[in-house]
Amino acid sequence: MTYAGLDGNAMAGDLAEIFAAEMTAAVATCAGCGSSGAVAELRLWGAAPGLVARCPQCTDVILRIVRAPDRVFLDLRGALRLEIPVGSS
Amino acid sequence: MARAAVSGRLIWRVATLAEARAETASARTLVLDVPEWPGHLPGQHVDVRLTAPDGYSAQRSYSIASAWTGDGRIELTIQRIPDGEVSTYLTDIFKVGDPVELRGPVGGWFVWRERQTAPVLLVGGGSGVVPLMSMVRARGAVRGRQPFRLIYSVRSPEDACYTGELARRIRDDAGLDVRYVYTRQTPEGWPEPAKRISVATLNTYGWPPDFGPDCYVCGPTGFVETAADMLVALGHDPRRIRTERFGGTS
Repeated sequence: MTYAGLDGNAMAGDLAEIFAAEMTAAVATCAGCGSSGAVAELRLWGAAPGLVARCPQCTDVILRIVRAPDRVFLDLRGALRLEIPVGSS
Repeated sequence: MARAAVSGRLIWRVATLAEARAETASARTLVLDVPEWPGHLPGQHVDVRLTAPDGYSAQRSYSIASAWTGDGRIELTIQRIPDGEVSTYLTDIFKVGDPVELRGPVGGWFVWRERQTAPVLLVGGGSGVVPLMSMVRARGAVRGRQPFRLIYSVRSPEDACYTGELARRIRDDAGLDVRYVYTRQTPEGWPEPAKRISVATLNTYGWPPDFGPDCYVCGPTGFVETAADMLVALGHDPRRIRTERFGGTS
């Protein structure tokens, strides 16, 4: 795993594959430090075999996505809460 | 601008390279024909997937450079990254008529919507200008009245993308201003030495915080952090500063 200098914006496609709502605009609250911000702002580590998104404040892992050929593993244990905008886009 | 489909089932499509043009010595714009393209908002991305004959595949997320005008074409501007397994293919090998897999549009956070009425400050570092250019083009396409200012940081005049088009738009798109910042080498006769973007730059060529501008900052991580911190220090509302970082490592 290396920090490629990317952020959560680059996860938009992998998240759109599994969520009905647009998730980079969701607000994630870090289970580690309690700070919150857009998923787009998380610091992204990657790439294969998965993506790891860390809190920009405390660097704790908030979200992990591992893509297998026929399924996706999503680990959200670092997110205390996800606030997801719905309705008008 | 017609309302673009932001949601909907995401599928891989096979796009075809219709045209390509060099923007700089290391950046190439790809004009792609995409079947049944649903339209996009400026700032949105596509994922591009390359698959080798042995099944190995590599995927990257790229910002769309063009504004959607109702047709089935999108433009991507790809910066060649030394040793980048995807970017070097797209800049050096991919030729007109070749297919490529892509899916999108994706992303709904780093986007500008026509209904936003606030003045807009765009701050781009290097190829971070790409999604900002899509915003400038989208505003131009609908003759938007929102005042736009673009501060575009590049190493040298030769490294700047879209210079001809930006010059034309400064003339034709009322309410658009562009300020270049040269970090290594300036054009001849430029009034200041080469330097990085500073608080003074953002203060002089951006909007005062009380105008409540929507700020979009895109570029390499260090550039984005620095510029966003300076905007906050100048008094801009952090909630109105949207950022996008790209690594430049692939």
